[in-house]
Amino acid sequence: MATAVELDRPADALEGFRAEVRAWLEANFPPALKDADNAMSAVEGPSDETPDQRKWREAMGAKGWGVPTWPKEYGGGGLTRAEAGVLNQEMARIGAWNPIGGMGVMMFGPTLLEYGTDAQKGEHIPKIAKGEIRWCQGYSEPGAGSDLASLQTFAEDKGDHYVVNGQKTWTSGGQWADKCFALVRTDKSQKHAGISFLLIDMDAEGVETKPIRLISGQSPFCETFFTNVKVPKNNLVGLEGQGWSIGTRLLQHERNSLSSGGGSSSRMNAGKQVPEIAKKYRGTDAEGRIADAELRTRIIKHEMDQRAFALTLRRAALDAKSNQGPSAATSIMKNVGARITQDRAELNIEIMGMNGLGWEGEGFSEDELTQTRSWLWGKAVSIYGGSSEIQNNVIAKRILGMLDHQ
Amino acid sequence: MAVLNDEQVMLRDMAREWADNESPVTAFRKLRDAAPAKGFDPEAWRTVGEMGWAGVVIPEEFGGSAFGYLSLGLVVEQLGRNLAVSPLASTAVAATAIAMGSSDAAKNDWLAKLASGEAVATLAIDEGPHHDMKIAATVAAGKLTGTKAFVAEGDGADAFVVAAADGLYLVARGEGATVSPRRMADSRSHAEVRFDGAPAEKLGGTDLTQAIVDRATAVACAEMLGMAETAFHQTNDYLKQRVQFGQVLSTFQALQHRMAKMFTELELMRSAVEGALEAIDAGRSDLDQSVSLAKAIASDTLKLISREMVQLHGGVGMTDEYDAGLYLKRSAVLETMWGTASYHRERFARANGY
Repeated sequence: MATAVELDRPADALEGFRAEVRAWLEANFPPALKDADNAMSAVEGPSDETPDQRKWREAMGAKGWGVPTWPKEYGGGGLTRAEAGVLNQEMARIGAWNPIGGMGVMMFGPTLLEYGTDAQKGEHIPKIAKGEIRWCQGYSEPGAGSDLASLQTFAEDKGDHYVVNGQKTWTSGGQWADKCFALVRTDKSQKHAGISFLLIDMDAEGVETKPIRLISGQSPFCETFFTNVKVPKNNLVGLEGQGWSIGTRLLQHERNSLSSGGGSSSRMNAGKQVPEIAKKYRGTDAEGRIADAELRTRIIKHEMDQRAFALTLRRAALDAKSNQGPSAATSIMKNVGARITQDRAELNIEIMGMNGLGWEGEGFSEDELTQTRSWLWGKAVSIYGGSSEIQNNVIAKRILGMLDHQ
Repeated sequence: MAVLNDEQVMLRDMAREWADNESPVTAFRKLRDAAPAKGFDPEAWRTVGEMGWAGVVIPEEFGGSAFGYLSLGLVVEQLGRNLAVSPLASTAVAATAIAMGSSDAAKNDWLAKLASGEAVATLAIDEGPHHDMKIAATVAAGKLTGTKAFVAEGDGADAFVVAAADGLYLVARGEGATVSPRRMADSRSHAEVRFDGAPAEKLGGTDLTQAIVDRATAVACAEMLGMAETAFHQTNDYLKQRVQFGQVLSTFQALQHRMAKMFTELELMRSAVEGALEAIDAGRSDLDQSVSLAKAIASDTLKLISREMVQLHGGVGMTDEYDAGLYLKRSAVLETMWGTASYHRERFARANGY
């Protein structure tokens, strides 16, 4: 019987592969990069690659292990899920990390593998697999957030090409992206059926980006403007009018990557556990417990919530692995993950007091300043990718079968 | 759902089918109204014995199938869905105490009978209204003295696994044991049992006591999981048929979001409860944390869902004719049994050095 516990124990058949992975990591992972950040994180923006980082990215890209389960013919690793699991375990064991990431890997690649033509796959997938190219997402518009299907960006048919006009917003990493996968309107007379899935070069004439400064002081997002942008017809993925279903499928890949433990930037999980921070900042009582009893209770509730979430992620992964039918659990991950991220940040700034609200300059530790930014940035997690309210609508209607208001 | 093997899938499906056909909530109502002295239906218990459910955690050499606690939990969950009255949980865990214990005599005398459902056993641990591992009962020269409050299935038990200050003992019903019923809101058997120099066979020390309490707690969580599932789905079904203001209630977003929230909590609850049962089977060293995590979350979640069940049913939720009140009352008892959510949060925190 494959119990949850056995997930951590390798099956014998994978032992040979495990040895191969260990040897390869030993030879290729620069030890100086242990526990470093992923340079391709969309939220943080690109940092200048060090020679070590470039070497590591190129090695993983050449091996195809940055996208371990993608087909070999397009530059993937061609591994089974179980083998990819071994790779993850072995990387985690030595503090190695996947240098290839971003929206191309998480969302666009799997979607294109499913819907793209051979030519489209051959052109785009290998570059994503090698981490040579950055993609951004052109979905939301100022008037189309939660009600995404009301988007207005229009792609006018000009025979062999489209001409795109309109504005996108919340294009994560748009200022650093090479390409954009966008939902555009090709038919104004129908809401959902008038939407198409189009690939746009970010350096094409008529594309402009403008960073959006957030309450955290950072600018990971952009507004993107399209003015008479010429897009060749062969950049259309799927059929005209099929964009909504392709776009929805892409969001499922986003959820999938979230439910397998990806999707959260290392910065959000940075630092010590909440109870350790509480002991440090608030002291302990005679029995060695966190001094403030009421705060301690809330911290314990948070820790338990986090533990139950981790068990649920593992349960969902096991479900997917054993194919005992799709698990409803993946649909709730977004909301629980958001709640836990935000609870943790709120607890941490409360524990740190004024030191947890430092903006910049002297008098604050690096951890404290990071805490302030993480807390503010974290307010986005219950809004982006479908707000908590939208997720609740999805759970109620799709899983519980509750009805639309008439 | 944890990943199950073929035997476990079969066991779960059988238990579900039996609970739905032979032991629906109407069977609980009948039993409540008949109020038999032993607190359970002997016919139903005989069937449970025949199915081998009491033997799921008993070693094969003593007539059990040794499938383990995840398997027992699956059965108890199915019974919990329908509020089925059964001394299964208490008997199975008491049998584990005997099987893990050091007395060969106790194993030979009791395990086969418990595995087949010929006998009923239960745990007698707590001495007051709150779960507490500080035990006052004592044993001198093989005779046990002390009073145990709120012994579940105490009215029908043939044997008691009793906590004394120095460990765990087996006491047969009869000489030196006085059982007095305590009627409680959930209409189930809870007795006060006074031991007055009762002959007692030692099973093990206080480590064994804690190990058994952890198992009993995890099994209670499995019953709570089944109850939460049903309470949730009955409420969801009700919202889909009840019309107000010319609208079916399930079309109102305010209600949809409350249901989505409950569903989310229910998923976390299932993970925590199955995690505790698996930790028992795997013999994990952090079993105490897994159990406390499960009980704290199970108590909070079933509390939420059972209270919302009454509220969302509106006026009819207050009537005895609807099931909401039955889930509410059993829930409150199980929330308290083996320690409340606060008790387990405190235990979890101490185990982690918070």
